[in-house]
Amino acid sequence: MSLRSPLARVSYHGAARDGVGHWWAQRVTASALAPLSAWLLVALLTLPASDYTAVTAWIGAGWNPVLLALTVLLACWHSWLGVQVIIEDYVHSPGRKIAGLLLSMGAHALLAASGIYAVLRIALRSAA
Amino acid sequence: MAERPLSPHLSVYRWAYTMTLSILHRASGAALAVALVGLVLWLVSASLGRDCYATLLPLLRSLPFKLVAWLAALALIYHGCNGLRHLAWDLGWGFERADARRSAALVVAATVLAGAFCLYLILRRGAGAP
Repeated sequence: MSLRSPLARVSYHGAARDGVGHWWAQRVTASALAPLSAWLLVALLTLPASDYTAVTAWIGAGWNPVLLALTVLLACWHSWLGVQVIIEDYVHSPGRKIAGLLLSMGAHALLAASGIYAVLRIALRSAA
Repeated sequence: MAERPLSPHLSVYRWAYTMTLSILHRASGAALAVALVGLVLWLVSASLGRDCYATLLPLLRSLPFKLVAWLAALALIYHGCNGLRHLAWDLGWGFERADARRSAALVVAATVLAGAFCLYLILRRGAGAP
């Protein structure tokens, strides 16, 4: 046990300068996702057909794999930040909160990695 | 832990429809997190090859799935439009009550119109070509 008061422990260390990091990352990913998600929605809705050949051809065509990988990455990042806030707001028990936050982080990382890997696999196959 | 005052006390405010839009932003965001899982599963199944994707196709073309896909599109349109509203607030625009209500009505109108057009596109696909 420390004899120092709680105030003395935190005083004069200055700000960590990452106080708005979460807020800023949420806004930056949102700004990028506005055009990217609109592009993806329109592309999926106007896909000429839903069979394997048509879908993989579209995923591999031109800049589509780059934009798709970027969209998946930023959507996972943005979703991770959003789900984090929801868990922090509604889960009050510290243990379950930490567990939920770690689970959400892991799930979003897995989602980003597998989504980008799938896009690259399709694109490289159709390029070969 | 000190007993600190908690904010906001939502129950003391008279209901305004902008509040409903506010909670819908969070609800649609949570729905989009689930839709993101669906998008990645779709990409992964396409990456696993023709046979794997072929087993998924009947589901993709079923009416219940199309309606779920439409709800996801609706959530994206709403979250996107209302997200632009949030970004405008972050730039300091549209904070006045009249402005906030006008932009709220604009978001609802855009969601309804674009949502209806999406439903048309999704249902038309099944009727004509595969």
